[in-house]
Amino acid sequence: MRHLIDILDLSTEEIDDLINTANDIIANPEKYKDICKGKLLATLFFEPSTRTRLSFEAAMYGLGGNCLGFAETNSSSTAKGESVGDTAKTVGCYADIIAMRHPKEGAPLVASQKAGIPVINAGDGGHNHPTQTLADLLTIKREKGSFDNLTVGLCGDLKFGRTVHSLIIALSRYKNVKFVLISPKELTLPEYMKNNILNKQSVPYEETTSLDSVMPSLDILYMTRVQRERFFNEADYIRLKDSYVLTLQKLAGAKDDLCIMHPLPRVNEIAVSVDADKRACYFKQVSNGKYMRMALILKLLEVK
Amino acid sequence: MIVDSIQNGIVIDHIRAGKSMEIYQALNLDQLSCQVAIIRNASSKKRIKKDVIKIDAPIDLNIDVIGYVDPDITINYIRDGKIIEKKHLALPERVTNVIFCSNPRCITSCEQELPHVFKLTDRKSRTYRCIYCETRSKAQEND
Repeated sequence: MRHLIDILDLSTEEIDDLINTANDIIANPEKYKDICKGKLLATLFFEPSTRTRLSFEAAMYGLGGNCLGFAETNSSSTAKGESVGDTAKTVGCYADIIAMRHPKEGAPLVASQKAGIPVINAGDGGHNHPTQTLADLLTIKREKGSFDNLTVGLCGDLKFGRTVHSLIIALSRYKNVKFVLISPKELTLPEYMKNNILNKQSVPYEETTSLDSVMPSLDILYMTRVQRERFFNEADYIRLKDSYVLTLQKLAGAKDDLCIMHPLPRVNEIAVSVDADKRACYFKQVSNGKYMRMALILKLLEVK
Repeated sequence: MIVDSIQNGIVIDHIRAGKSMEIYQALNLDQLSCQVAIIRNASSKKRIKKDVIKIDAPIDLNIDVIGYVDPDITINYIRDGKIIEKKHLALPERVTNVIFCSNPRCITSCEQELPHVFKLTDRKSRTYRCIYCETRSKAQEND
């Protein structure tokens, strides 16, 4: 039985297979609309998340299956002190597959050891969020045609942003990918990511504080939110926050086929006026997330 | 100084000088009722100085604990006054309830019954990481 806890649980070949399946679902939704009839997805969300939970549920309904679950801890036995393992074991008696979000890091791994059915990590604290990475990868593949030979700009909070870390890990496995790391010096990519992933695999990267200066070189621009609470003082936050807000003006020097991405929700880091630009791909990411989750559910349920 | 040889038991040899008490505590040797000798700063050919622990009973040892504290240790199993087995240790791939995760965001921080499991992620730097949250082992950072 397979689970998805960390993006590295999937080989590049398996990711390619999931992308092929997702593309086929997009092209032929009718073919898949009853393929999971009679199957149940349990969405166990121990902390609120509208987007990810709805995406999983939409994915399962799109395959003809059904969903059950909870969207906050107060409505589960956890409020009575039940362990994650016991909750997963219980749900394993009802459902065929689990998607779990939990504020504690490693909770989905514990669930996968007890549930007896496949478990998908739908986000465990600030640790992993592999299905967001799958959505990002499908978006890049559909927009650029390949993962090879890309210059990928990652902008904003590179220190705490889990989606950024997972994407770097996933893309580092492909050929000639170069990263441009754009962040205030307080929020640079952690040393362990540079040493254990980039340097170890000889992946080229450059670090800069200026988005404007690197914009013309980018094939992908992945924006993240710079959060006020990450700064030690208010003055630094005010000084830096607008440097990382993407506007049409800042896009003037960018490539015509730049792909602008964001894991959403955004606060103010991409101006609403950018939404109409053909290079804005962040709402396509949301849609792609559903199709990748459909492909993943099929794979883990071994439905052909 | 002379410490008697043992007839049936275990000799934990080639302990890095000064580490014997750490091994003693990690293995809970204080709970044994048999004779236990701790020899500190003994002369050594392999190392200039070494510690040695002699246990005068054939007990079950948690090899992972010893390998984690010092992978260069040798364990000699003694029966009828002779060495019947000599075990050279290595860093264990995985240790359970030897290192404890200190990350307050880790699931082990709120579920008391979960075992604290760390896996070896880099043999060269002796780095262990929590299997749940990937936090690096503090003991190795201080080493």
